[in-house]
Amino acid sequence: MNWRSAPRSPWIARLVLIGALFGAWEIAARWFVDKMFLSPPSRVFVSLGEVLRTPGVLDALKQTFWELGAAFALSVALGLALGLAVGLRPFPRRSLMPIVLLLYGLPQITILPLFILYFGIGPASKIAFGVSHGVFPVIVTTVAGVQNLKPILVLSARAMGANRMQMLRWVVFPHMIPSFFSGLRLAMSGVLLGVLLAELYVSQSGIGHFTTLFTQSLEPTKLLGLIALLAAMAIFLNEVVRRAETRFDRFKTV
Amino acid sequence: MSRVVQAGFVLAVLALWYLATEYWGVSGLLLPKPAAVLRELTDVIRTGEFVADLRITLGELAAAFVLSATGGTALGYLVSRSQYWTRTLEPLISAAYAIPIILFLPLYVLFFGLGPASKIALGATISFFPVALSTVAGFGGVERMYTVAARSMGCSGYQLFRWVLLPAALPVILTGLRMGFTVALLSILGAETLSSVSGLGHRIVSLGENMAMARMFAYIVFAVAIAASLNAIVSWLEARGRRA
Repeated sequence: MNWRSAPRSPWIARLVLIGALFGAWEIAARWFVDKMFLSPPSRVFVSLGEVLRTPGVLDALKQTFWELGAAFALSVALGLALGLAVGLRPFPRRSLMPIVLLLYGLPQITILPLFILYFGIGPASKIAFGVSHGVFPVIVTTVAGVQNLKPILVLSARAMGANRMQMLRWVVFPHMIPSFFSGLRLAMSGVLLGVLLAELYVSQSGIGHFTTLFTQSLEPTKLLGLIALLAAMAIFLNEVVRRAETRFDRFKTV
Repeated sequence: MSRVVQAGFVLAVLALWYLATEYWGVSGLLLPKPAAVLRELTDVIRTGEFVADLRITLGELAAAFVLSATGGTALGYLVSRSQYWTRTLEPLISAAYAIPIILFLPLYVLFFGLGPASKIALGATISFFPVALSTVAGFGGVERMYTVAARSMGCSGYQLFRWVLLPAALPVILTGLRMGFTVALLSILGAETLSSVSGLGHRIVSLGENMAMARMFAYIVFAVAIAASLNAIVSWLEARGRRA
C-alpha cells in the first residue's frame, strides 16, 4: 500500500478515523438498522438537551458526579492512611500486604448485592462500593512508594536529627509522589467502575433507573445520549488525574 | 511470624462473624450464620445445583476470551507492523481503554438481549483493549537489531515472525492475555449481576432478592473460589509460557 497518501500527522489521521467511525455509525443507523435499537449520532447529539430535560436525569447525573467525588476522596484518604500504616515498617508490610493483595484480587462484583442490602439504594451504597474498588490501588501504590525509599536517605535524615514528622514531610512524602499519583489514576478508574456498576445495578433510582427505562421503552436515542454524557464525565475525570500524574512525574528525581 | 499474623487475621474475621451472628444479635437477614453458610455450600456442591450456572458463566467467558484474544492479537499485530499506525492508533486504543465500558451494558442488552450473547459481547469488548495494547507493545518493542540481523541472514517473512518477532514479543502478549482474561471474567460476572437471566452472577442476585441469605453467601464463596482458581491457573500458564 502507498502510505505516502496517508496524512502525515497522526493527529489528523486519528480525527479522520474517528470521523469515519461516526460516519459508518450514522449510515448504519439511518438506513440499515432498526430504529428501535440504534439511532444515528447526529440525532443523539441533537436530542442531548431533551435527555437533560427529562425530569430527574440531571439530578441523577449530578448525584453520580458527587458520588464519584466522594468515593474518590475517601479512597485516597483511607488508602493513604492504611498504606502508610502497612508500608512504613517491614514487619506489618510482610504480614499484612499479602492480605491486602488477596482482598484486591477478589471479584468484588459478587458482593454488590450485599452493599445494597447494608447501605440501601441511596448514595451511601454507591460510594461504599466505589471505595471498595478504589482503596486497594492506593494502598498498593503507597506501600510500593515508601518501600523503595533508599536507606541512605533515611539514615542521613536521621543522622541529621530529623524527628518523625520531619521524616514524613521531607523524606517519605516527596519520595512517594510519583507512585502516589499513579495510584490516584488507578483509584479513579476503580472508583468509576465501582460507582457506575452500583448505579446501573440499582434500577429503582438514579442512572440505573433511566437506563432501564430507556431500554424497556426502546428509546435508543435517549439511552445513547445518557451513556454519552456519563462517558464524557468519566473521560473528564480520568483526564484530570492523568494530567496530575504527568505533571508530578518530574518529582522522580531522587 | 508474618504467617501467624495472617492466620490470626483470618481467624479474627471468622470469630467476629461467629460472635456477631450467634451472640450479638445481628439479624440473619443481614448476615447469616457461618454454620448455615457452610451447610448451604455443601448442599450446593453435593446436589450439583451449581453446574448449570457455572456452565453458562464459563461458556460466556470462553467465547468472550476467544473473541478478544484472536481479535486483539490480530489487530495489535497489524498495528505494530507500521510505526505510523502505531503512533496513530495506540493513543486511541488506550483512550478507549480508560472509559468504563461497563457503561455500554444497557446498549448491549438492547442489541443482544438478556441472554449470554450480551455478556459475551461485553466481556469481549472489555478484554479486547489490554490484549490489543500489549500486543502492540510486545511486537513494537522488539529490538530493531534482531530483525535487521535476521533479514540480512536471509530469513523469510514467516521465519522472521516465527523465530524472532514471536519469541521476543510473547512475554508481553501473555501478560496482556492474562489481564484480558481477568477483566473478561470480572465483567461477565458483573454483567450477569446487573441484567441477566442466568449464570453465577444472576444466581447470587436472585437469591439475594428472595432473601435466601445463607445460600447467597454460599454462592458468593463459590464464585470467589472459582474466580480465584481460574486466575491462579491463568497466572501459572503465563509463567509457563514465558519460560517456554
